[in-house]
Amino acid sequence: MATVRFTQNIQRHVPCPTREIDGATLREVLDGYFLGNHRARGYVLDDQGRLRQHMAAFINGNQISDRDELGDEVPDDAIVDVVQALSGG
Amino acid sequence: MGTRCHVATRKGLFTIERAGTGWSIARVNFAGDNCTLVMHDPRTGNLFAALNHGHFGVKMHRSSDQGRTWQEIGTPAYPEKPADYVPKQTPSEGRPVEWSLKLVWALSPGGLDEPGVIWCGTLPGGLFRSDDNGDSWILNRPLWDEPLREEWFGGGAEQPGIHSVCVDPRNSKHVLVGISCGGVWRTRDGGRTWVQGGPGMRAEFMPPERQFDPNVQDPHILVQCRARPDALWVQHHNGIFKSTDAAESWTEIMDVQPSAFGFAVAVHPSNPDVAWFVPAIKDEKRYPVNARVVVNRTRDGGKTFEVLTRGLPQEHAYDIVYRHALDVDESGSRLAFGSTTGSMWISDNGGDGWETVSANLPPIYAVRFEKEH
Repeated sequence: MATVRFTQNIQRHVPCPTREIDGATLREVLDGYFLGNHRARGYVLDDQGRLRQHMAAFINGNQISDRDELGDEVPDDAIVDVVQALSGG
Repeated sequence: MGTRCHVATRKGLFTIERAGTGWSIARVNFAGDNCTLVMHDPRTGNLFAALNHGHFGVKMHRSSDQGRTWQEIGTPAYPEKPADYVPKQTPSEGRPVEWSLKLVWALSPGGLDEPGVIWCGTLPGGLFRSDDNGDSWILNRPLWDEPLREEWFGGGAEQPGIHSVCVDPRNSKHVLVGISCGGVWRTRDGGRTWVQGGPGMRAEFMPPERQFDPNVQDPHILVQCRARPDALWVQHHNGIFKSTDAAESWTEIMDVQPSAFGFAVAVHPSNPDVAWFVPAIKDEKRYPVNARVVVNRTRDGGKTFEVLTRGLPQEHAYDIVYRHALDVDESGSRLAFGSTTGSMWISDNGGDGWETVSANLPPIYAVRFEKEH
């Protein structure tokens, strides 16, 4: 189970509490999270399912490399952080 | 006359109301957020606000109580690309046009016989339609799949965009859209088929052999006279154009002083010969000629113009008025416009004189009166 944490700044738009989610890739983990919070999906991913240009995601502190397909592997007990990139106003 | 006006700005949505003898800010919504467009639907009274959060993307909100409370509604979403789709390179940028929502750039109610229908123009060039007051949106595939659409290109923005949607009050299946840069396109069957607008527009920014190509034109905004819907005005990158035949052809209005360049135009709702413009220096500098804010008014279909200045700053004013930031109410007498430097003015006499509502608003993107139809 990965622990998924979201930036505080998203909370005023859509509550995104920290949750533990199963999944082998970031795509699987985020899909699992958004199953229970559909509105949050559009704040993190664009309409093509890619990480939004001005968002960033980390797995155990390492920035992901596959922003489009979200194919980065998520180890057991990983910490996934979804935060704002230092861009985008 | 309209007594309430909505102002979309870089830092929120402001409601301006007439109280007693003057206008004042009655309400602020979404303070601090980038509100790029606002629309009032006279059929339902609903207000729609488009927000563009820097990090979290474009979002749409609706209010059914004049802005007191809001709910987030559906956001237009581009469908998944077909697996075999091979995008063309755009002629100017040299790379494919995006296939993903970048900005909501036009919102227009459907006809009176189409309850719930809202049209939405976007960057990078998709036209969306909602049949449920914005709860959900569907991309208009006939226009998006039109091969010439892939030749549209950005004018100022990095992507092409639909900024104008005009629904003919006589027949709501007759819809016109204006595109920067892609000219004007028309449907007569509610969006099932589309044809390009006719000739007459001129794009000085293109090589000579392409200057009259309807698909390279950069109309900054397209407006339609409510009482005479075949009468259209366009403030174009290259000047001012009008049509009296529902975009079958266009005529350039020449020799307009102090400038034919600008972004905004408003047309009188019952007299197609009356239109207002806010001119600026073409085209990289983009500030008012001689740093004087003026409104250009024609009352004879563009044969002559009056330069209106009373109540407007006439020295050291660097205000630019964006394409959606000038509006006229249903009486044709009350106008409002707002600028990039946060000034807003209202006229109750067709532009003869102007009252400053505020000089301290955030940069203004759109100004829209509440109208009864």
